[in-house]
Amino acid sequence: MIINGVTIDATFAEAFPMKGTRAIITAQNEKWAMIAAQAMTGFATSVIACGCEAGIERVLTPEETPDGRPGVSIMIFAMGGKGLAKQLETRSGQCVLTSPTSALFAGIDGGIRIPLGKNLRYFGDGFQTSKVISGKRYWRIPVMDGEFLAEATTGQVDAVGGGNFLVLAQSQPQALAACEAAIEEMKKIPNVIMPFPGGVVRSGSKVGSKYKTLNASTNDAFCPTLKGSTKKTDLSPNIESVMEIVIDGLTKEDIDKAMRVGMQAVCDLGAANGIERISAGNYGGKLGPFHFHLQEIMA
Amino acid sequence: MSALTFKLKSRPDQRVDMSPLVCHLLAGLEPIQIAAIELQCGKQKLRVDALFSISGFDTQKIVIKNSFSKLDYIGKELSGGEIHIEGDVGAYCGIGMQSGLIKILGNTGIYAGCEMKKGQLEILGDAGDFLGGALPGNKNGMKGGIILVKGNAGDRVGDHLRRGTILIEGNAGDYCGSRMIAGTIAVMGNTGKHIGYAMRRGTLLLWNKPNLSASFNDCGQHTLAFLPMLFKSFANLNSSFANNAIAFNRVHRFAGDMSEIGRGEILVKI
Repeated sequence: MIINGVTIDATFAEAFPMKGTRAIITAQNEKWAMIAAQAMTGFATSVIACGCEAGIERVLTPEETPDGRPGVSIMIFAMGGKGLAKQLETRSGQCVLTSPTSALFAGIDGGIRIPLGKNLRYFGDGFQTSKVISGKRYWRIPVMDGEFLAEATTGQVDAVGGGNFLVLAQSQPQALAACEAAIEEMKKIPNVIMPFPGGVVRSGSKVGSKYKTLNASTNDAFCPTLKGSTKKTDLSPNIESVMEIVIDGLTKEDIDKAMRVGMQAVCDLGAANGIERISAGNYGGKLGPFHFHLQEIMA
Repeated sequence: MSALTFKLKSRPDQRVDMSPLVCHLLAGLEPIQIAAIELQCGKQKLRVDALFSISGFDTQKIVIKNSFSKLDYIGKELSGGEIHIEGDVGAYCGIGMQSGLIKILGNTGIYAGCEMKKGQLEILGDAGDFLGGALPGNKNGMKGGIILVKGNAGDRVGDHLRRGTILIEGNAGDYCGSRMIAGTIAVMGNTGKHIGYAMRRGTLLLWNKPNLSASFNDCGQHTLAFLPMLFKSFANLNSSFANNAIAFNRVHRFAGDMSEIGRGEILVKI
């Protein structure tokens, strides 16, 4: 398949089951809601070493938030429910509770309930109080700038992590420009995050390593500097840079949509802007049960 | 299907226990069976059709017409459905209510909504003493739901209130929120003496400055984030509380009752 001069490889991206949740952070203004959200989703690019994958889903208007203030919706994904709950709790406690004027609310009503403010309340040292409003419990924790308001729980749902595609370009600036264009469009899709810095990862990995202690290592087949030295390169001579966009989402369909708009944005730039191919992290079925066939998505 | 309507034929001298006439107990009964239900009236047991003329079929929507202040236990432990009452009601209206709606066009006697668990009790007139309270000797009053009073309320509003919300558009009597365990009472009008007496936790939200006892401590003036959400939750009520213009988040906070554990609060609009 070729779109606007860009070859879409006949391959699929592999993704794996995760547990996901969403939280809504509000503050006095969007600036401070964003600061808290960025702190909470920091150091959360990959479950390989971060414990979770997290990102900002979108900015919310005051009309969309529970307390009528500007807000930011964030999503966190982890390999298991326990890990997710732990990450949510520690990140909420260290990054949102501490952030001036912030409040924290559930972003998913259904699913398995996991603690949001339920355990943070103990920071109140006995002065915390709760309010049940419209059937939901909120904790009011006294802090130095007033009160930190946090909904007791949020919902944990089954999710999908690791959807991805690779952008193969003639140069590094062209690969990055294409990824930026893709991320711009993908951010408009609900229920997904792109957890890597700016949504883009330049160090895509393969499963396994020559070193026994590592379970992932550089994806040498897509490293342009190894074209002549690795056993099986996947790059043609004119490809000088490869970047990857990884997507976590609540459902396979959400990731499908995000991949489609992202790849379309890349194709819109086309061969004229140095984009040669779109491929995917295919690990021969070793990584996960969810397969995203690139050509089917773009059909 | 038209509402099942009980129209009181004449006012009996003795009080009447209306507790059998609730939606969940009447569900599936034929009109003839409903007419044969016996109601305790003083020492006597009277058939429903001896006291009321009956019309309509919808047991999930009951209307009581010509009601007066000796009809007790209306809507006792109501579990779904609606009861509309045209007139006043006696004591214990909505006691132990579990869900559904009771709407009273007139006034209520004592213990309206006492120990109710869920649902909505709307009183368009005045409410008697111990609104949403606990029965004598019991430790927990209302445990959930909403009570809305458009008029005034008597003494001991929310005595032993455990959870839930009591909204009063008019005035509240003495000992409002006494022995509260938790929950919320909002009063737009004035409040009487000894407000929050021995309250442990919970919130008394007031539009007018109360006469506070010495066991409430001034915590200063604050902007509280939960208040807009609380007001937003009233948006669907047929009440002044639903009016967005009356919402506020700036309050003067008083903590108490310090003679108890002191985790309660009285919030007064600034």
